[in-house]
Amino acid sequence: MLNYSILIEHWDMYMQGFTNTLKSSFLALISSLALGTIIAVFRIAPVRPLNWLGTAYVEFIRNIPLILIVFVFFVGLPTIGIRLDSFTAGTLGLTVYTAAFIAEVIRAGILAVPKGQMEAGRSSGLTYLQTMRYIILPQAIKMVIPPLGNQFINLVKNSSVLGVIAGLDLMYFGDLISSETFVTFDVYIFVAMFYLILTVPLSLGVGFLERRLARSR
Amino acid sequence: MIHFRQVNKHYGNFHVLKDINLSIHQGEVVVIIGPSGSGKSTLVRCINRLETITSGELIVDSVKVNDKNTDINNLRRNIGMVFQHFNLYPHKTVLQNITLAPMKVLGVSEKEAKETAMYYLEKVGIPDKANAYPAELSGGQQQRVAIARGLAMKPKIMLFDEPTSALDPETIGEVLDVMKKLAKEGMTMVVVTHEMGFAREVADRIVFMDQGRILEEAPPEQFFANPREERARLFLSRILNH
Ligand SMILES: Nc1ncnc2c1ncn2[C@@H]1O[C@H](COP(=O)(O)OP(=O)(O)OP(=O)(O)O)[C@@H](O)[C@H]1O
Ligand SMILES: [Mg+2]
Repeated sequence: MLNYSILIEHWDMYMQGFTNTLKSSFLALISSLALGTIIAVFRIAPVRPLNWLGTAYVEFIRNIPLILIVFVFFVGLPTIGIRLDSFTAGTLGLTVYTAAFIAEVIRAGILAVPKGQMEAGRSSGLTYLQTMRYIILPQAIKMVIPPLGNQFINLVKNSSVLGVIAGLDLMYFGDLISSETFVTFDVYIFVAMFYLILTVPLSLGVGFLERRLARSR
Repeated sequence: MIHFRQVNKHYGNFHVLKDINLSIHQGEVVVIIGPSGSGKSTLVRCINRLETITSGELIVDSVKVNDKNTDINNLRRNIGMVFQHFNLYPHKTVLQNITLAPMKVLGVSEKEAKETAMYYLEKVGIPDKANAYPAELSGGQQQRVAIARGLAMKPKIMLFDEPTSALDPETIGEVLDVMKKLAKEGMTMVVVTHEMGFAREVADRIVFMDQGRILEEAPPEQFFANPREERARLFLSRILNH
């Protein structure tokens, strides 16, 4: 039987951690979607230097551990005079990291849109970026909603990296409560439940969206 | 309106367009025919720079298409294009398909763009489909939407690359009728097609291509009655006997 008194006695801590995990995940989700989309377009645009930049970003970022990227923001930036609080550093690291994966997913989506769509847009006088924005990306993103959803779920789980730099997230408070109470198993089960509160609806939401879009097509 | 002077185009080592010289004047309807792979699509796609030429000069609407200083988007707004596979935007309604470019390129208001769109939908005979999605339309209807989409930019030139080749036989007529109407109104049109009836009836001139060259250029009466080139003769006998 789980020891619910731990949950009740430390409810405020759990809630604070939950709120921060939610906040960090939400901010990183929005920004990594934007950044990832930009990088995907960089990789595909008919401009060589941008292709290189995009490829370099993806290959570099996705091949190093998330924790190191977070450290760059948390302990690296202060050495050049930029000091960020741990929540901000963690969320930034999370964004930069996730964007590399999202860029790959969206790039695959863009490549799956028939070539004629770009031709139709361009031949009507729209610029490359306008065609991307109004014609290609909406179709591309629809097609990659399932893998995009996976990335978002990973993102929520990866936000636990904040705990390592005292980012006041669920994991951080879990560690704190555990060291206060000398209980490990029950404390972390509750932490896991809070993560599930975020990830399960996300997962179901993605499934729902997928089915709805399949019908509208 | 459109002038090709000694135009050549290569895909790597492959010589697709060879010494093309062709002038198309305002209000003219030029039909391009020729066997598969002869370069018809490539020729048409050079006009709005969907393909770039390798050498020679191409002037459209008094603008050098391949000049560095040419604002290609500015040129393209004056050139409508209709594709074999329609290329409608599947995530947008018919109305949104038609209003997008006028709003984003010409900067007209949504209200005005919608009015213009409805005007051209009436013209192509499917105003009742304004709020449908492309997937809900027949091929013929989709192609008529594509034509309306091109016309909504009020272009000076309309390009058609095999507009009826992907259609069921019973819907080909409705698209050709729209194109005939357009031709009668004086639109400058460049049309790649295998519809010889349309070519005979509507074209001011037939351009016959083979292996990247223009082999023959003649008014339809002359071309169909008495093609000068042996290869044109062969092509016609093959296509008319099917
Ligand atoms: N992107 C490309 N790269 C290399 N070769 C190409 C490319 N596009 C077309 N070609 C080749 O150029 C030639 C002319 O092609 P084009 O599409 O202009 O012919 P077409 O006359 O329109 O033929 P069809 O009647 O089959 O449409 C063909 O041999 C084709 O294989
Ligand atoms: Mg062709």
